[in-house]
Amino acid sequence: MRVRRLSRPPRFVSWASVGGYEESRGPLGEKLDFVDKTDTFGQKTWELAEGEMGRCALNMALTKAGLSHDRLELLVAGDLQNQCVASSLGAGSFGIPFLGVYGACSTCTESLLILSVMLSEGCATLGAAATTSHNSAAERQFRTPVEYGAQRAPSAQWTATAGGAFILSSDYGIISCERKGSVELSEVAVGKIIDGATADGSNMGGAMAFAAADTILSYFEETGNDPAMFDHIVTGDLGRVGSDILRHILGEKLPKAVSRHTDCGLLLYDSEIQDVHSGASGCGTSASVLAAHFLPALERGDLSDILFLSTGALMSPSSVLQGRNISAVAPLIRLTHRDNEKTEREEPSNE
Amino acid sequence: MDIYSEKGKKRLIKRYTPKTKLFKTSILAFIFGGTICALGEALRILFVNLGLEDKLAVTLVSLSFVAIASVLTVIGLFDRIARHAGAGTLVPITGFSNSVTSEAMDSASEGYVLGVGSKIFTVAGPVLLYGTAAGVVYGIVYFIAKLIEGGAVR
Amino acid sequence: MNDITAILLAALGGGILCVIAQLLLDLTSLTPARILVGYVVLGVFLYAVGIYDPLFEIFGEGVSLPLIGFGAVIGRGVREAIIESGAIGIVTGGLTASAAGITVALLFGLLASLITKGKPKRL
Repeated sequence: MRVRRLSRPPRFVSWASVGGYEESRGPLGEKLDFVDKTDTFGQKTWELAEGEMGRCALNMALTKAGLSHDRLELLVAGDLQNQCVASSLGAGSFGIPFLGVYGACSTCTESLLILSVMLSEGCATLGAAATTSHNSAAERQFRTPVEYGAQRAPSAQWTATAGGAFILSSDYGIISCERKGSVELSEVAVGKIIDGATADGSNMGGAMAFAAADTILSYFEETGNDPAMFDHIVTGDLGRVGSDILRHILGEKLPKAVSRHTDCGLLLYDSEIQDVHSGASGCGTSASVLAAHFLPALERGDLSDILFLSTGALMSPSSVLQGRNISAVAPLIRLTHRDNEKTEREEPSNE
Repeated sequence: MDIYSEKGKKRLIKRYTPKTKLFKTSILAFIFGGTICALGEALRILFVNLGLEDKLAVTLVSLSFVAIASVLTVIGLFDRIARHAGAGTLVPITGFSNSVTSEAMDSASEGYVLGVGSKIFTVAGPVLLYGTAAGVVYGIVYFIAKLIEGGAVR
Repeated sequence: MNDITAILLAALGGGILCVIAQLLLDLTSLTPARILVGYVVLGVFLYAVGIYDPLFEIFGEGVSLPLIGFGAVIGRGVREAIIESGAIGIVTGGLTASAAGITVALLFGLLASLITKGKPKRL
């Protein structure tokens, strides 16, 4: 069994999203909480800029919730850089107990999954998850220098300069904030490592589609749920190529799920005016789209139930040079809209 | 539960991966590469008409394009041109120069010795290494051939 | 050969070399760095077997500006150094002849790194 129903499902208290110049031009540009069109976030290096993005996002989420950072008992954060250094640089100033996680582009879901399980099990009552990626920092690490003249393949994706931070709690009684979270993280499923059958670093979406399919199919097989229950089955950054492959597989194995599928990598940019090729990638993609698009819709009740899985292409510059296939992983979380008043009746401890 | 075999996955990836528009990229590479070489030839003719020795003129043309590509890289234009030009800017010495300059710019934050000093050779290094190695192989063959021919070599 | 013809031939030669590289990039998994290395080694080879000079007579900068020309400079340097100073030329010729291009490229790179760190890539 991979799907776990959380015994005390935590709720989203607040969240915030950040983005760079290209993200501000995209369809979600208006919804991002903070945008720096220089992509530098006031820092000298791209690595520090990514750390600052995470710090900004968490700070804004705290402000929205009216919370001071010392109330947070746990921060689970990750990014795309070597040894997760952006997260530790960015989180350093807060002094919050810190868990650094790496799941490539699946980091957003991975961090929320770990945080929610810890909250549900009572390891903490109030915690945060944060995820960032920075195009220039990622290009430097995984591909070529920022000013290097190269052509991108049609299947290549664009690492987003974006991030998101989320504050969750399992106990509503202790939160003295105005905000009433109505989005519950109710179920989690840990993904398996699935071979992507390609070593082509410019076709990560294709490599990740099989991991997403594996997690989605086993979720519905184990729970017996009907795909029609969900407003969306959201994948992280499969992009055009990966989404097409995933829909092909779902079409064969679980036809009802096909129409429910949507992909964050296709929502962040406007392919009409932005030459993104196959779509957005990077762990900031799913983090920013979740914070800027899906969570507000769930909070308002426009959406009532979604499955959210980010897909991570697990590789290093060395493994690519050594010609190893890209493997991928896709953790899953279920986000459900709950009526606040109903909860208050159920939980008398709440104020 | 790996639902597809490696073969099945490869087939799916192949089916849904869009093909590069070969015709368009090739035409653009021809136009950009051809233009650079035409400009180079015009520059060489100019240098020769100015009274420079032919061999020196050829060297100066190469150096000019190294300099131009480097400046375009610094002002952030090279990667924008190269996105369309592809091999058209890669294959002339402009591509070599861009790789050196862009690596150097990019790694300044890691210091001037192990940052700039080592990364500057990321693409230039292999070119120099195998160019030099090929030269040595040719030199050995040429030297032996000369010896066999009868001591024409001092 | 008048100047206009020479310029057109340079465009033709350079254009063809670029199209070959573009097709290699698009149709195979060869990376740009491998293609540059391949062209340099090819340049040394073409010079060694005596094809480069006739090509240069026809296409001029059309073969000299592409990295094949850089390879040919190395090849010619080795040959001339051997003729001039014997066996030691095998190891001195290549880098001596290509010194100008390498030095200028490295110098400009170093200067660039002192001035600017570069702007982020845009779509």
